[in-house]
Amino acid sequence: MKFTNQEGIEIVETIIACIQKNRDYLSEIDGAIGDGDHGINMNKGFTLAKEALTGKENMSTGFQIISKMLMSKIGGSMGPLYGNFFRGLYVASKQHEEIDGQIIGEMLDKAYDNIKKISPAKVNDKTLVDVLDPAIYAYHKEFDASQDVNKALTEMVGASQAGLEATKHMVAKLGRASRLGERSKGHQDAGATSAQLILESFADGCKKLLR
Amino acid sequence: MQRFVNHADFIVEDMMKGIEKARPELEILSENDHVMKLKAAPIASKVGLVSGGGSGHEPAFLGYVGHQMLDAVAVGEVFSSPPAQAFYDAFMSVDSGNGVACLFGNYAGDNMNVKMAVDMCLDEGVEVKYVVATDDVSSSPKETKEKRHGIAGGVFMWKVAGAKASQGATLDEVIRVAQKTVNQTRSICVGLSSCTIPAVGKPNFHIDEGKMEFGIGHHGEPGMHVEDLKSAKDIAKDMVKAVVDDLEVKADETLSVIVSGLGATPIMELYVLYNDIESELQARNINIDKVLVGNYVTSLDMNGAALTIMRMDDELHELLEVEADSMGLRV
Repeated sequence: MKFTNQEGIEIVETIIACIQKNRDYLSEIDGAIGDGDHGINMNKGFTLAKEALTGKENMSTGFQIISKMLMSKIGGSMGPLYGNFFRGLYVASKQHEEIDGQIIGEMLDKAYDNIKKISPAKVNDKTLVDVLDPAIYAYHKEFDASQDVNKALTEMVGASQAGLEATKHMVAKLGRASRLGERSKGHQDAGATSAQLILESFADGCKKLLR
Repeated sequence: MQRFVNHADFIVEDMMKGIEKARPELEILSENDHVMKLKAAPIASKVGLVSGGGSGHEPAFLGYVGHQMLDAVAVGEVFSSPPAQAFYDAFMSVDSGNGVACLFGNYAGDNMNVKMAVDMCLDEGVEVKYVVATDDVSSSPKETKEKRHGIAGGVFMWKVAGAKASQGATLDEVIRVAQKTVNQTRSICVGLSSCTIPAVGKPNFHIDEGKMEFGIGHHGEPGMHVEDLKSAKDIAKDMVKAVVDDLEVKADETLSVIVSGLGATPIMELYVLYNDIESELQARNINIDKVLVGNYVTSLDMNGAALTIMRMDDELHELLEVEADSMGLRV
């Protein structure tokens, strides 16, 4: 099961469309315990990336453009975090003309490693790590066992949803929501929400192309 | 809420254009429209001074670019850190070969973006060192005071470091006085109403009629507690106690004081508050040096006020008195 890096540009477009569609939803989630601008900033960055696409990119260079836009135009915490995440997806795939389950796993690892390099967030701190960590673990567990990339992507999405749900019961330890202490309980984390959307649309995009 | 706006998503860009037109000594950097710099910078043989942060706190941060103050500021979206690229462009635009000091408030996003930009500069052979303001006593307990956020205390840090740099001090000397300022500065905010990010269009949080939030953050982060609205005198008493206790100020010591409005509070009320703050400090036999009352670091249209104190010594006194001219502060 694989697809070409060239075809993979559709995955980039799927992720961009997903963030644009969820602009207001992400801001609403952020408004509960943050300052309500997460959707606005994410939408701005991904829309700028869409405008920068020339039609000549493959999946890797498409992710590179998202990364560059987030790093140079968005700022906040999410600019560097997702900028580094998408840079990881780019770097781990750029030398491959064909993308299979093995390479998808390497892309996810590199993307997550890049976030760990700049953020002190750990599992249970109520951040995007609470989605990424279990989701990427689930991908590898299934892929190592069955070598079935579709199944592994399904497991990843399931774990990302469970991880997001779990953030509702956590007390924020980093970022502005940490000021709320116990009062941050009961609300899901905004960064975890966008991470879940990105992983799910990434998985959807891959599944459509894998054959 | 009715406001003066063209397109809420471009309110920051429009503000910057207005400032550039109104202040002939300033310019928007040609390579990056989210950097405001002093036209005269880089200034020969002077350490470059840069700050940066989200918009909505005007006159902070860009209003402190000026003569013997900051050389450039990286400007973020409303309540959102500027990107690393903006910090990087600001650093590079003011380096005269003597290095750059970045003096900013302690927030997760600003920390990440500044550190990335510092690394980028290192690759180009430009040395950047930084100090983070951590004056907000309500943002973290004393045991973890390095986690505290920076608020109006930044004004003292920029003034002191700006004066020091203008005297030809080295990068390490500028960093030392900036860090000393941070170590000797504490702030506390009281919020009476919420604020609205223009592009979001609805209040960021809520304070009930007749209530006040003691220790609120500069973006509406929850404070220490919500209580019934009290008289200015009683609020002043609580604010003074919060900062004086935390800084462990003793009788006969000398403080400089800032009372900053948060955006929607009439200047009249800030002086009402200052009157009671000074009485409270005098009752504790604490001396007062420099006093600033006005809108120094705001939070969009929040109704509220911040009290900032800095413990003085001869060096800080001398540096605070050095002439300075910027949109936000003139000495």
